[in-house]
Amino acid sequence: MSNLDINNSLSELQARYLEDVKIIGEEAQTALLVEPHRLLDLLELLKTNESYQFNMLRNLTAVDYLEYIEVVYHLYSLPLRQAITVKTRCGMEDSQIPSATHIWPAANFQEREVYDLLGVRFTGHPDLRRILLRDEFDGHPLRKTYNTGNAGEGGRSSC
Amino acid sequence: MLKTETFTLNMGPQHPSTHGVLQVVLELDGETVVQAIPNMGYLHRGIEKLAEGRTYAQFIPYTDRLDYVSSMGNNLGYCQTVEKMMGITVPERAEYLRIIMTELNRIASHLIFMGSLAIDLGASTGMMFGFRSRERILDLFDMACGARQTYTYIRFGGVSADIPSEFIPELQRFLTDFPAMLDEYHRLLTGNEILFHRLKNTGVISGQRALEIGLTGPALRASGVDYDIRKAEPYGIYDRFDFSVPLGQVGDCWDRYIIRMEEMKQSASIVAQALEQMPEGIVMATIPKVLKPPAGEVYHSIENPRGELGYYIVSDGKTNPYRLHVRRPSFINLQVLNETCQGLLIGDVVAVLATLDSLMGEVDC
Repeated sequence: MSNLDINNSLSELQARYLEDVKIIGEEAQTALLVEPHRLLDLLELLKTNESYQFNMLRNLTAVDYLEYIEVVYHLYSLPLRQAITVKTRCGMEDSQIPSATHIWPAANFQEREVYDLLGVRFTGHPDLRRILLRDEFDGHPLRKTYNTGNAGEGGRSSC
Repeated sequence: MLKTETFTLNMGPQHPSTHGVLQVVLELDGETVVQAIPNMGYLHRGIEKLAEGRTYAQFIPYTDRLDYVSSMGNNLGYCQTVEKMMGITVPERAEYLRIIMTELNRIASHLIFMGSLAIDLGASTGMMFGFRSRERILDLFDMACGARQTYTYIRFGGVSADIPSEFIPELQRFLTDFPAMLDEYHRLLTGNEILFHRLKNTGVISGQRALEIGLTGPALRASGVDYDIRKAEPYGIYDRFDFSVPLGQVGDCWDRYIIRMEEMKQSASIVAQALEQMPEGIVMATIPKVLKPPAGEVYHSIENPRGELGYYIVSDGKTNPYRLHVRRPSFINLQVLNETCQGLLIGDVVAVLATLDSLMGEVDC
């Protein structure tokens, strides 16, 4: 499938979701920004629909942009040899995103990792606990506001 | 009716193939596994957080310390991601050296897999053989970059130094000896009836399930799914080499073992081809001392011995990454442990763990 074909299918997809999905990537690295309440819907469609067949969740992570947290899904279609990025955003306080574990069990550990390090709560996750840090650990270290106690480390206090 | 109940057994954190940093909490009904929950984090160093406070180049040595038995691949994946962001082109000779080193590292890593599988199942000679042969590869790395484990050999724009004159004859000697070495392992392990019975039809993972749960690398291909990034999205100069991707049929422990044994043969063939085609020339492009990739983001992944190693980097145009995430195959592959072990015996858990070949330095990151 060429890039042109996938872009055509994506325009159809945007028509279906109207304001809830925006195409934000460049041609080489297509990305979709979706409203959280339509996320599972869209992921399900991308996985099962004939024109997409994104049957692999390659990577799931999140980025703290200070005003919001962006959760990023990197999908890959093995039959069509196509990659796509899906993103969704949540607020800093009470950050909640629906869990994708029932669509891709591959999301399980990765959502736990995002929860552990960035404090995003995935609703509907079967076992949302910290995975790398101990249960009593205070805070979520990959948040930009997290204080590592390393302020003396020349010029690196911003991290 | 006899009243029975399940009990909990903590396996590890001293299990040999996981270097003391993986605990598996087994819930047992007699000798049968009801649940096998991996408990990790003993090695967690916050490497992704550290990356945010260092320049792009300063981060290369950290990648060595993730999957520390295949550090060349870790270097390569990271450097290629940054090169993609910057639009850096790598000199031809360096591209070949990168292939030679990463494929040698795949052999070295699979030898460790073979060795730890053998000793996990009680065959310590297998481990001796694996480690002995791996030494030859470490000697070659030592020659190229002065380190045996943490290389930082692959850098932005090329490799840190050209190989010395004694490297190529030594590598050729290794390639000549390798078929006989492989033959020896096959006679010792593959032909061993006990090993066969321990692995055959144990820990079966279907192709469909493997895909859904995110397995990649040899563990996925053992289940018959044809996904090798070197073929699917060739990076570097992989499209110039002729090699095949071994696939399994059943997805049991045996297939996961055989696939890796077969992959070593393929890697040796790639190294031989690269050695033959490699041109003379420079090994490092001219690049700025301090990199400032333009604002934006890239996800790039390579085929490491344990599966898809991906780097997701977000740049805000400064000298340090705004966010850096490593997609670690060992971490994601470990998800399959619990459901695969259910219904097996305790001894089989060891075989499943060994053939998943997770490395804790990478799991914990």
